[in-house]
Amino acid sequence: MNKSSIIEIRDISIGFTGRSGHTLPVLRNINLTVKRGETVGLVGESGSGKSTLALAAMGYLKRGLRILEGTCHFKDQNMFTLGRTELEKIRGGKLGLVPQNSGQSLTPTLRIGQQLTEALRLHSKLKSEQYHRRVLELLTQVRLPDPETVVVRFPHELSGGQQQRVAIAMALAGEPDALLLDEPTTGLDVTTQAHILELLRDLAADTGMAMLYVSHDLGAIAQVCDRVMVMYAGEVVLEGTTRQVLKAPSHPYARGLLASIPKLSDPHLPSALKGRPPAPGGAGNGCAFVERCGIASEICRSTRPSLASGPGNALVRCHHANLSNRLSMTPDGKKVCNADPNAEPAIYLDNLSIRYSKQSLINRLCGKKDISPATVDNISITLTKGETLGLVGESGSGKSTILKTVAGLLPPANGSIVFGDGENLPREVEQRCPNHLRRIQLVFQNPDDSLNPRHTIAEILEQPLKLYFSLTGQALLERSTELLELVRLGAHYLDRLPSQLSGGEKQRVAIARAFAAEPDLILCDEVTSALDVSVQAAVLNLLNELKQKQGTTYVFVSHDLAVVRALSDRVAVLYQGRLCEIGPAADVYSTPSHPYTEVLLNAVLEPDPDIRPKLTTDDVVELAPPTQGCPFQRRCPRKLGKICDTENPPWQQKENGHSICCHIAIEQLESMQFEEINIEPASA
Amino acid sequence: MTVSATAIPQNSTLDHFSSILRDVLSRPSGAVGLFLVVFHIILALISPYIAPYDFKEMNSTMMLADPGINHWLGTDHLGRDVFSRTIQGGREAMLVTGIATPVAVIWGGMVGIFFGLVGGRLDEVMMRLVDAFLSLPWILKMLLLIVTFGTSILVLVPTLAFIYGIPVIRIARAATQDVVARDFVSAARARGNSRATIMRRELLPNVLDSLMVEGAMRWSWMLLAFSSLSFLGFGVSPPTPDWGLMISDARGFMSFAPWGVLGPVIALSSLIIGINLTADALAKSLGIDRAQKATV
Repeated sequence: MNKSSIIEIRDISIGFTGRSGHTLPVLRNINLTVKRGETVGLVGESGSGKSTLALAAMGYLKRGLRILEGTCHFKDQNMFTLGRTELEKIRGGKLGLVPQNSGQSLTPTLRIGQQLTEALRLHSKLKSEQYHRRVLELLTQVRLPDPETVVVRFPHELSGGQQQRVAIAMALAGEPDALLLDEPTTGLDVTTQAHILELLRDLAADTGMAMLYVSHDLGAIAQVCDRVMVMYAGEVVLEGTTRQVLKAPSHPYARGLLASIPKLSDPHLPSALKGRPPAPGGAGNGCAFVERCGIASEICRSTRPSLASGPGNALVRCHHANLSNRLSMTPDGKKVCNADPNAEPAIYLDNLSIRYSKQSLINRLCGKKDISPATVDNISITLTKGETLGLVGESGSGKSTILKTVAGLLPPANGSIVFGDGENLPREVEQRCPNHLRRIQLVFQNPDDSLNPRHTIAEILEQPLKLYFSLTGQALLERSTELLELVRLGAHYLDRLPSQLSGGEKQRVAIARAFAAEPDLILCDEVTSALDVSVQAAVLNLLNELKQKQGTTYVFVSHDLAVVRALSDRVAVLYQGRLCEIGPAADVYSTPSHPYTEVLLNAVLEPDPDIRPKLTTDDVVELAPPTQGCPFQRRCPRKLGKICDTENPPWQQKENGHSICCHIAIEQLESMQFEEINIEPASA
Repeated sequence: MTVSATAIPQNSTLDHFSSILRDVLSRPSGAVGLFLVVFHIILALISPYIAPYDFKEMNSTMMLADPGINHWLGTDHLGRDVFSRTIQGGREAMLVTGIATPVAVIWGGMVGIFFGLVGGRLDEVMMRLVDAFLSLPWILKMLLLIVTFGTSILVLVPTLAFIYGIPVIRIARAATQDVVARDFVSAARARGNSRATIMRRELLPNVLDSLMVEGAMRWSWMLLAFSSLSFLGFGVSPPTPDWGLMISDARGFMSFAPWGVLGPVIALSSLIIGINLTADALAKSLGIDRAQKATV
């Protein structure tokens, strides 16, 4: 065994016994070595077995799984022959884990200091009087500002990014030789994500820890990893340096995956991989990817390829690795542009403001006015027929709140919503007539949550059809089938329950339900964020196609700037419930832009090791908008001074209806940003 | 090796229940429990036709006789056959509680789902009233109502259904609150469905599991309550055989003629154990952890 390797997994296969009594493999013949000072990325979509492999490296198997063959060593110890107490010593000590959702893995009733002290007591040789100093050291190491105050905080008093930092500090408490990171930045805002990744990269360089980074996000992988393993259906299909894997991947799956990621620099729609991965044990004798591969031949069906050295010395599991460069790896979907500035308006949002807080009874009795700033304020947007408006912003920026208000689920405090034909929309859903309701449809983020698990697909689709069109019998059935075909599912789905569908299929049903109402406006609330990238690409393509066929107007909300760019004609940027910038997609995504848009764009992670995010502001999370002045005043890297704190910035118009809400003159913004772009590469 | 396509259910609700039934039967507790319950129900239905003696036939020469060929469980203090009375002793109890349980679950469930959906101040006030009601001992409430209105079956059924529907409100409301926060309820609201439609179509199917388990539990509680009332003399009037009443009558002779108590005790406890085992297995099959629920 190699001395410098910290984690060494040899030819491991893990499986479970299926209902039929056969053994179904979840992982097949995987070799993985992580050396000291090295960061290895494990990429794959959900169900590819990446988490199972990472947990196996800790000597842990989920219930029902068992080792079929192979070994798993941490330093010199075989993890699966160790006893319970020995494992407990290693786990969390020399082998640390940073879980995906740290908010849930921290004990809610213990202060941060207590939790870190516990980790120190279990996994360090320090004396108890040294604990406090070490806790502060750890918190400083993960760059939490003001560690003294963090120590006495409870987990819920910290933001998601701060919680993640605490989890990293906890893993560092035992001075680990290796760190397992299971999707550590998933679910965080772009700017926070970029900060955490920078921290991890620096930690790896400073401490010489071995790191195993599990993620579905190629953008994150590109930032921190030295080597990458791409997993598909429980196998490693491609292994090489980050550059080899992301710049010139020689496996068709990796190329397809890259093509399905929307890119900031590329306004094309991502192209989706056809089909779905095989179920455990369903890969057959041939290549697991054969059904979805563009260059598969006879040999791919009959013989399973081995992991062999391919082009550029990367390890590839493909018979035709040399041909794989025929497959495109850049998004090439054509975005349909229905937007016509002269088209009739579909809906006006006029000076909307929304409040969550309710005034206390005493204040109301005294007749005091609520002076706290509204959660969402001063939103005036006109949507023309057939256009797609993208709404971007970090979590808490009020994107979903605005959608809920338009749908009537959350009455606005002020302002009005008016249809293009001049019909005023009542504030609350209960006051709206069926025709109003029909014209606006909402598609939710998570289809698991928006489809009633007890209804069949037929029952789900018939609800709007019965309610708005009073369809029954044969007509109902025909229309349901038609809708399913519209979203490229068949009539045979009608009898199924949502639990029998994959995530992408469920979201298609949710989209079909929205289209069932024949609406004028569809509100899409993060509709792809719960989906895998290849499925996301398929859903984006579907929405794009429907836009062309039905001429629907969309409001598309997402935290992912690249996804918004791929689908939207116009983009509005929100910060703390206030509009910062609005304009045609191409203009918003290029200079000049609002300082906040600039921060967001700089922080986006591209699946390219050569493009590093630029961090121009810290990742503080603001809980409430400031009472006066510019909403972005506290984080703005280009803040002018007092004027930003006291006066509301003016809207400055540019051509094409592109406008920016900032005190800095547009020409000045443009020259500032232009300079930086041109200076940066020279200094790098 | 190929993966077979998942079976497509033709009727989701029916399929749901038949698969639950299969799962319940596959568990030892479920199989034993369900056997006991079904056995008791069948016995209650056919016992008048198979009982060897008339339950009110007295025999002054055979008072408190030991078990034997003629009287399998002996006779009571009036010379009546204990076996005949035992197998018929659950008829009244099962009839009353068998009607009162569904009534309790339906009204309690409807009210609970409604409060869960509406929420806000009304829900807050009503739930405090429910809490206040539950804090009184059940026997007190029950006796109060029975003393006021009498002990006929027409009073017992609504009384039991009312008293045991109150805790169902709590369970149904708690289950509803889990569901109400989910997006499909928002979707139904945004679509313009009425409150009644949302309750019936979106909420009820998701709360039904909890209600079924709750119903089974309420049934066993009600049986105990009914027997207790009979034991105290407020339930069934003699000479109709009833387990509670029989235990009450025979307990004075327990030292030398334990048969009189043993028969009804075994009958009553086996039915209640059967119901509890079934409810446990049902809860496990449905993935509801009853240990976490408040005991009321």
